[in-house]
Amino acid sequence: MDGMTEMQDDLWEVAGRRFRSRLVVGTGRYKSLEETAASIAASGAEMVTVAVRRVNLSDASAPMLQDFVPPDRYTYLPNTAGCHTAQEAVRTLRLAREAGGWNLVKLEVLGPPPFLYPDMAATFEAAAALLADNFEVMVYCADDPVAAKRLEEMGCVAIMPLGAPIGSGMGVVNPYMIRAIKSQAKVPVLVDAGIGTASDAALAMELGCDAVLLNSAIAHSQDPVRMAVAMKHAVIAGRAAFLAGRMGRDYKADASSPMTGLIRQGS
Amino acid sequence: MSWLVGRSTYRDMDQALHSRITLSVNGETRALPGGATVADLLAEIGLAARKVAVERNLEIVPRSQYGATVLASGDTIEIVHFIGGG
Repeated sequence: MDGMTEMQDDLWEVAGRRFRSRLVVGTGRYKSLEETAASIAASGAEMVTVAVRRVNLSDASAPMLQDFVPPDRYTYLPNTAGCHTAQEAVRTLRLAREAGGWNLVKLEVLGPPPFLYPDMAATFEAAAALLADNFEVMVYCADDPVAAKRLEEMGCVAIMPLGAPIGSGMGVVNPYMIRAIKSQAKVPVLVDAGIGTASDAALAMELGCDAVLLNSAIAHSQDPVRMAVAMKHAVIAGRAAFLAGRMGRDYKADASSPMTGLIRQGS
Repeated sequence: MSWLVGRSTYRDMDQALHSRITLSVNGETRALPGGATVADLLAEIGLAARKVAVERNLEIVPRSQYGATVLASGDTIEIVHFIGGG
């Protein structure tokens, strides 16, 4: 199969759902719902993360996310942001399942500021509870190959190690571990959190990840719609580079032009 | 037709229909007419049922049961929806 044909058919699959876009985007931290909708459309993403929160009773007519990011067009991935225990995570996602009617979810249980690093003990406990309740769990986790493998063996449908702390924009700070996690995984691996700019997303894909999940890198850029376009192309480029297989690295030069047939004075 | 079964059932129903109940909705105290259902509560607030999920005393109320679920004094209700998140 040639490269062009291969990219056309290059889908990825999680829990039986197939996607063409390898960019999953968050819907938080935008200035308005209009900006959210425009940025997500520009990103080409097919799956979006969402949070579950109390309705504002004093203003029930306020526009809702669903009016701008229609769930019949995007696969909603409800998260457990703000949950610190297995019990809270299960309670939140049961409500999400009733609101949305699906069971594909993003589990994240975070430790304290300033790093909000995944709390893995609590994550394991919550994953077990959600799996027992028939959720399909995409799990945010530490960049720890042992933890990642254990989550997969428990039945999680995707492993999502952080590139760097949430909202830090520090990029993929430990590419070696991301590659290690991917090399042993049988379910999709997504870099989730830490992406700051397009080259970070491309690097994550060049490491072989199945997809990238980001939010602040678009929402907190100076021009979110333009950055969404950049992220879309970065993920496509990184994926193509991974499939193409990069050249080897060498400490010495190797000329690109032939050294024969040169014109020379006086010979 | 349960009110035909006996006088006590009829009295309970009468009381339910003519008194008001007090319950907690998203942490706020609210009063509703006795006999009000989850569907009535959503209508009073002005929420479209298809955009929210409802929990009553820590149990999910299936959307199909909103009209049949009668609220009681002291109930703790949570009404949630999807918002932007990462």
